[in-house]
Amino acid sequence: MAAAAFYDLDGTLVRTNLVHAFAFSARNQQGILKSITKTIATLSSVPLFMAADFFNRRLFNDIFFVRYKGESEDRLRCLSQELFDTVLKPSIFPGAYELIDKSRQLGLRQVLVTGALDLTVQPLAKHLKIDDYVTNRLEFVDGYATGRLLPPVVAAASKASWMRIYAEKEKLNLSDCYSYSDSMSDLPMLSVVGHPTAVNPDLRLRNTALQHDWPILDLR
Amino acid sequence: MRERAPKVLRGPVPRNKEDDQVVYIDGDSAPRILFSGEDLLLEDLPIGTRVIYPKPPIEGLANPGAAIRYALNHPHDTEPLYAQLAPGMRVTIAVDDISLPLPPMTTPDIRQTIIEIVLELLDANGVDDVHIVIANSLHRRLSEAEMKRMVGSKIHDAFYPDRYYNHDAEDPDGIVHLGKTDHGESVNINRRAVESDLVIYVNINLVPMDGGHKSVAVGLCDYESLRPHHEPETIRASDSYMDPKRSMLNTKVERQGALVDRHMNVFHIETALNNRIYAGATAFLSKNEDEFTEIDRLKFEAMRWTLSKMPRGAKRKLFQSIPAQYQMIACHAGKTEPVHERILQRCWDQYAVHVRGQADVLICPVPFVSPYNVNSILNPILVQVMGLGYFHNFYRGKPILKKGGVLILTHPCYDEFDHNHHPSYIEFFNRLLPETRDAMKLRHKYEEEFAKNPSYIEMYRRGNAYHGAHPFFMWYWGENGRQHVGKVIVAGAENAHVPKILGWERSESLTEAIAMAKSFVGPSPEITMMHHPPIVMADME
Repeated sequence: MAAAAFYDLDGTLVRTNLVHAFAFSARNQQGILKSITKTIATLSSVPLFMAADFFNRRLFNDIFFVRYKGESEDRLRCLSQELFDTVLKPSIFPGAYELIDKSRQLGLRQVLVTGALDLTVQPLAKHLKIDDYVTNRLEFVDGYATGRLLPPVVAAASKASWMRIYAEKEKLNLSDCYSYSDSMSDLPMLSVVGHPTAVNPDLRLRNTALQHDWPILDLR
Repeated sequence: MRERAPKVLRGPVPRNKEDDQVVYIDGDSAPRILFSGEDLLLEDLPIGTRVIYPKPPIEGLANPGAAIRYALNHPHDTEPLYAQLAPGMRVTIAVDDISLPLPPMTTPDIRQTIIEIVLELLDANGVDDVHIVIANSLHRRLSEAEMKRMVGSKIHDAFYPDRYYNHDAEDPDGIVHLGKTDHGESVNINRRAVESDLVIYVNINLVPMDGGHKSVAVGLCDYESLRPHHEPETIRASDSYMDPKRSMLNTKVERQGALVDRHMNVFHIETALNNRIYAGATAFLSKNEDEFTEIDRLKFEAMRWTLSKMPRGAKRKLFQSIPAQYQMIACHAGKTEPVHERILQRCWDQYAVHVRGQADVLICPVPFVSPYNVNSILNPILVQVMGLGYFHNFYRGKPILKKGGVLILTHPCYDEFDHNHHPSYIEFFNRLLPETRDAMKLRHKYEEEFAKNPSYIEMYRRGNAYHGAHPFFMWYWGENGRQHVGKVIVAGAENAHVPKILGWERSESLTEAIAMAKSFVGPSPEITMMHHPPIVMADME
């Protein structure tokens, strides 16, 4: 039976996270004043984002994505390639290429399961030769973001649910699949496969990985 | 130590000792000290038990530097090293990794002494394209601190990290296929070494299975090249793998080595060390307990008391912080085979003890260290490789234990693994062994899956992990022992599940283990205990 390697993105394969992508968009607003205001607002919210993420990924999503409210879809799409070239590409961990390469040599399908936005993931997935990906998507009304995510929101347990459905649809044996993440919030995603690996883990995931005897990998 | 009853001879007590290092326990004998991981046990052995002690250390060479220079200038079957050097040539110095000697020796490590002399010679002859590669094969990468300790800060600072590094068996651009032997065994070797005009291999020969063609053909190879001989059939056909002439493992490695010699110019420097592990405050550990002075007894009791008060991690650190006091007893250089033959002879001179007759029950204390857990934990798979692998194979002629006999190991068998060094061991132990202990099945069903697991490959390449296939090799390493023994009992195992997963029985104490062994082999067994460390090998009559 076929198998796949599922990767979280932020902190796992790339050094950046959702906030970096948003900060890029904040920095590139129309007009210097607007850019400065939005950048300062973003920076001052970082402690709040960190606290929310530590507590609950869903809470973080609720607080974070509302910042996109009013952003034009066209503009975000235009900026995505530049975001990739200037921010994301240089932030890919050196070991990520090799990990994906070795994994592909094993005949595993390469799948990104990330809470990042589709706009930012698309060029990255192409660059890393990822076969499939699932991301979060902003809701747009009349071409402008509402600050909400379209369901299903990809985070925590819903990542694992998506993987189960995907495996069933693609006839993959989850016991033979691999999963890689850096964050404790992805524990469900790691738990549903036969070969979970903690990558550049935070302290909580490191301790969990040690308790479960999972491999701990440093791609930095 | 306890008072002894008046001497009473019971059972057959052979009096015609075959070697000065062989002691028979009688009514007056003192209890014996046995390692049990990070602890020391003091046990009364049954009267008539044969205890085999290591030989005293052969005196080290008075001037190792002079001996090394002499070897370089008077090599076997080749030109002196200086005569092979020319300005502008490319030279690679390959060096044995931290898996030997055990425990790591006091600084300066003999590798440092040799490399310093070689570098002087290279410098004097205008050779400046020099790399130093640690021939770690599928072993873990050494940390920077370990690398520095091995060669000294002067060499480290001059060469690390660009010109002093670990071999990487998984570097797709770093391995060259030299060809196949006439038996179809692939030989893939480190690119830098292959593309060098001269490879100088710096070896330490701790046991007779080290060195020779194994240095380059194994130390600098990849997984594909190891597969033909790191497998169960080869180990079963090795009687023992410590005796190169009767080792299928060695035969296959020699075939690969011959191919290496056709493509590469290798100048081999081999050394033999004595077995002076203990000196000073710990010297009593290598003495016959019957010859202990009051001071020795006090030292032992103080050490045992201290260890009993320390947590295991601290005990491990304590033992790991005591370097061995090894001294070089021989150094030869030149072509691989003549050099190795001479060094092997010195190894046997140090280790071989003449032993007459096999035993029904063999007692082997398992210490805290093996070649694969320097600065780490002796996990259950490594306890297995010490017992059924190394200790079983420490013979020449025939095994110390009779076929179907009982092997008793003393070790707590704790369920502990080092996540950085041995990640694939954890999965091997917890996932595979409960399903099967059959080495053939493990090899065919799972070895490749582990070897190609991207996580394990990355941990090997970027971290300090043993290769994903390494726990399999360790299991195969115990294969001829596993086929030979009738039963393994681990005395003092602190849990039931580790011995059970390994396919062993457990007992609370050595006394209980011996009673269990008697119920298996009969009421009056021939019992032998190997009193190591230091290493002792049986030259069986």
